Amino acid sequence: MEPVLELRNVTKSFGGLRVTADVSFSVAPGSISAIIGPNGAGKTTLFNQITGYLKPDGGKILFQGKDITNLSTREIVTLGMARAFQVTSFFPEETVLDNVRVACLSQMNKTRNLLKSVSVFNEATDQAFKILESIGLQNVADRAGFELAHGDQKLLDIGIALALQPKALLLDEPTSGMSPEERLLTRNLIKRLWKEFSLTLIFIEHDMDTVFGIAQTVRVLQMGRLLAEGSPEEIRRNPEVITAYLGEEVL
Amino acid sequence: MNQSSGAREIILLGLFLLVFGSVPFIKQSDYHLMLANHVLIWGMFAVAFNMLFGVTGMLSFGQALYYGLGAYSVGLVVKNYGSAMFLPALGLGLVLTIVISILVGLLVIRLSGVYFTVLTLAFGQLAWQITFRWYRFTGGDDGIQGIMPSGLLENHTVYYYFTLALVVVSIWFLWRVANSPMGLVLRCIRQNPERVRFLGRRVRRNQLRIYVISSFFAALAGGLMAGVTNSIHPDMFYWTSSGEVILMAVLGGIGQFFGPFIGATVIIVIQDVVGARTEYWSLIIGIIMMIMVLGMPKGLVGEIRGLMARYAAGKVNRG
Ligand SMILES: Nc1ncnc2c1ncn2[C@@H]1O[C@H](COP(=O)(O)OP(=O)(O)O)[C@@H](O)[C@H]1O
Ligand SMILES: [Mg+2]
Repeated sequence: MEPVLELRNVTKSFGGLRVTADVSFSVAPGSISAIIGPNGAGKTTLFNQITGYLKPDGGKILFQGKDITNLSTREIVTLGMARAFQVTSFFPEETVLDNVRVACLSQMNKTRNLLKSVSVFNEATDQAFKILESIGLQNVADRAGFELAHGDQKLLDIGIALALQPKALLLDEPTSGMSPEERLLTRNLIKRLWKEFSLTLIFIEHDMDTVFGIAQTVRVLQMGRLLAEGSPEEIRRNPEVITAYLGEEVL
Repeated sequence: MNQSSGAREIILLGLFLLVFGSVPFIKQSDYHLMLANHVLIWGMFAVAFNMLFGVTGMLSFGQALYYGLGAYSVGLVVKNYGSAMFLPALGLGLVLTIVISILVGLLVIRLSGVYFTVLTLAFGQLAWQITFRWYRFTGGDDGIQGIMPSGLLENHTVYYYFTLALVVVSIWFLWRVANSPMGLVLRCIRQNPERVRFLGRRVRRNQLRIYVISSFFAALAGGLMAGVTNSIHPDMFYWTSSGEVILMAVLGGIGQFFGPFIGATVIIVIQDVVGARTEYWSLIIGIIMMIMVLGMPKGLVGEIRGLMARYAAGKVNRG
């Protein structure tokens, strides 16, 4: 099967600092996989390049067989890639409903309309409520985004991405800053969303229970280099990965 | 639109028409009519400006460029081709504004934050300089007097209702924009432009759209004002005109759709009351403004709505 996402020798430096060093991998359609690695390894920068927010210095990125290396974020999103952010990103003064609804309207290509009220777009509103139910925020639909607790804001960020009906969804540290209970809920939620929306899902995560609990494939980045790639079992046993990142306790 | 907000809109509109529609019947002199005209025109200008500033987060310090363009289109055409051309001249000013605001807009939206603000100011001042220096064409510092609308519009009361009608339609249009999907995208652009790109939307394209729309109504305000004061003056292009509309919006409350209209009303009334009593009126207005802006950071309408919400919550709590 053709990979949904393919990176070929992607390279990126900031000044003299190599943050992406000749990274190549393919992501199978419908899979769920994790990217792990120490802080500063270049994980977020990799997502930034995949979503067109940063241009790689070299190499190629293909999405559904199409070269997207030089496309803008807007074009890549339109092709079916969506993303949630490590530093939670949403629209703080809008209601939770409108945060998701604006994404629904964008996906339905209705955002050029300037004479009809947002509330007459029933299809977008229904879709937004469906998303809110999926992420468990339907009871706070009328609250402003900034009023939510941190954990709920992380979910809202994911909800906005989901509302774009993406084929591929990238989540950057979805459980960061969450309590252990919230983490467990979010882990199960991610797994459920992956199935419910038939996504190809890639997530960056530091919480190893989440990584080894739901990922089919794990990729390890270290100093911009792809150190290892394999099943959770393989990664857990990989001696290089253990010295570089996991340490002994995960064994 | 759900029913309750639809009903509220109609009540608001009715009230607005009642208050402003009755001015010609209750006025004691033509001066009051002129004052009401000023409130309507600056109120519309301020609401349109706020679509740019309060809604989209683009603080233009150069809307005088379009206010002046609208006014000078009317003034110069009427002076050279006669009163009969008043309405076509108004239209010409609007068309010119669309063209020029697209061209200027393409340049200024490349910058954001304070750089955007400074560049808009520079364009406004450039237009003022040209108007000021080009004496033979524009009348320079003297401006042009005796700009009369033709036909029925020559009558002050008719002209007032003409203005009222255009202002109501304009504000209704802007209200629709504010509540539309595009309006929602504009608010999102103010709060988090990066995320808007990740929704698959063009940030700059939307900023340009609202820049042109907002400038269009600034030009309409200028053109209408030329018919109210029967004169044009290079000060209409000056940065103080841009500053005045900013003050109106901030005073009334940039977070509220109608806030800037109330801000315009308050400033025009204060100018009138204070200006009649002392020559230091601009100093006194400055002080009043400072106190109001510092004491009411959400603006008049924002603070009043906050108080009403607190009062309502208190009532609920007490049972
Ligand atoms: N825009 C940027 N300009 C310069 N350096 C950057 C930029 N973004 C990230 N970096 C640097 O690149 C390295 C990798 O960062 P990042 O991709 O955020 O790591 P991770 O997400 O794996 O923690 C870090 O050293 C970081 O300081
Ligand atoms: Mg990161």
